[in-house]
Amino acid sequence: MYYRAKKIITLILLHTFLISVALSCIFPFMWMINSSLKTETEFRADHGLVMSKRISLENYKQALLGERLWAYFFNSVFYTAITVFFIVIISSLAAYGFSRLDFPGKNIVFFMFLAAMMIPLPAGFVPLYVLLNKIHLVNRTGYVLAMTNMGLSLSIYLLKTFFDQLPHDLEDAARIDGCGRIRIWWNVCLPLVAPALAVVIIFNALNVWNEFVLASLMFTENNLMPLQVGLMEVYNRNIIQHTLIMASLTIGAVPIILLYLRMQKQFIKGLTAGAVVG
Amino acid sequence: MKIDALTRTEQFKNFSFVLPAFIIFSVFYIYPFFYTFVLSFHKYDFISESKFIGWANFKEVIFYGKHWWNTVYNGAFITFWALTFQNILAFTLALGVDKATRTGKFYRVIFFLLPVLSEIIIGLLMREFLLSNPGIFNKLLDKLNLSFIAQDWLGRDRALLTAALVHCWKGFGWAFVILLAGLQTIPEQLYEAARIDGASAWQTFLKVTVPLLMPVIALVLVLTILGTMQAFAMILALTRGTGGITEVPVMLIYNHLRGRQVGLACAEGVILGIILIAVSFTMLYISKQIRRRWGVLPR
Repeated sequence: MYYRAKKIITLILLHTFLISVALSCIFPFMWMINSSLKTETEFRADHGLVMSKRISLENYKQALLGERLWAYFFNSVFYTAITVFFIVIISSLAAYGFSRLDFPGKNIVFFMFLAAMMIPLPAGFVPLYVLLNKIHLVNRTGYVLAMTNMGLSLSIYLLKTFFDQLPHDLEDAARIDGCGRIRIWWNVCLPLVAPALAVVIIFNALNVWNEFVLASLMFTENNLMPLQVGLMEVYNRNIIQHTLIMASLTIGAVPIILLYLRMQKQFIKGLTAGAVVG
Repeated sequence: MKIDALTRTEQFKNFSFVLPAFIIFSVFYIYPFFYTFVLSFHKYDFISESKFIGWANFKEVIFYGKHWWNTVYNGAFITFWALTFQNILAFTLALGVDKATRTGKFYRVIFFLLPVLSEIIIGLLMREFLLSNPGIFNKLLDKLNLSFIAQDWLGRDRALLTAALVHCWKGFGWAFVILLAGLQTIPEQLYEAARIDGASAWQTFLKVTVPLLMPVIALVLVLTILGTMQAFAMILALTRGTGGITEVPVMLIYNHLRGRQVGLACAEGVILGIILIAVSFTMLYISKQIRRRWGVLPR
């Protein structure tokens, strides 16, 4: 009886602690959404700490149309989609090559990709920007190619470990049936590593979506900026318009939060994949 | 298939699978990697021809760059908080969740929300939340009868600590997930054996949990150092550098690049990279020694 009571009290204390930390994670976002639905005058009165009775979507209209947040948003969607598409195709081809096909110097090339993951390059964006400047690629093409490269190493490594685990029999069967390399890669092996592809897609999509440094250097024209750079611009233009900023941040955060809640397993796997490799 | 059994064309066909990745990687990684070292010995401003100036950039950074060592100190300060506060919090939460729930899915989903969101969104949101005017966080503290903590969070005196704490707040969920995954791999039998031998909870923690988790802990510590010393966008959004008070190394590199001092930025990047490699190797070495002493490491 005594042990039982002690155990229950411990559990209650533990959950209180855990829930209070969880609340600290959620509260700012609830406050953000709540404030975004107020007018600036209402916000100044209650600081967004009171639930609003009236819901005003004026801030969203102003943010999306007036501040052209929709354009930043679609730029981000565009960059992310293209980059992830390139990464998936290029890295799965390479991973299949490293896993199944032989050519001289294979191990050296693979080791180079591995080393790239291990060496920290804190100012990697400096020579990259200088290079892009020299070859006149300070534009969307250059950005997409540079971002593609950033995702390659880890994606190749992840996919290669998955290809390595596939049984050879299926490929042998396909080869006997007359499939070439490309068809074996596309029709036999890629469908089998679909779970790994999901992780690669999420990891890279989030990486490109959240990228700020290179984008802020490369895109000085407003109509090319992705969302993260755009949000900084919107903030700088409207420093005193708190509710407008809240609406902009909500537009930036909520789609990701919804996607995350829907596919949290892949998100967690994708974001901790980098750690597992190291 | 053995290599010597393949003809040249076969080999090339095989290599062509890797070729696209190899080309992009060479142009956008390998070339810039070596180019950093070349540029760090040059003076270049995008307009005039780059000029070789020997070790001048490094000398300027190391000996005259008070500014640079100041940013390194700021980065180290934030890293110190991330290593202690963030990781201890994450470890405590992981132990708690492991004890209180079976899978910990609910808490994992909530704690991991912050690492998923972008640094800019977190930075701007916290800036709005903490800024002394209108002072929402202080108002909230007031309502909770905690007004004695209230202060100018982003003012010159507090900004660096605030940046460190917000960084910890954004990052703890990531360390939590890795540590929890590590905890869940420790087999239940070991705890049972410890209990049968009459070990107290504290002894079990010290003799079973920590040694078995040591590789994961070392990994989290190294990645915390690497991640925090290179943190930049969140702090830019949160504090704008507060006139140098919260300037971190990568922010200075970024500003030098924007100011067209490419050689200087590259020299700083090289120095920071060397510092990071040295620190993370030292960490890995120490953790290996600890494991060897405790007899956990095989061999």
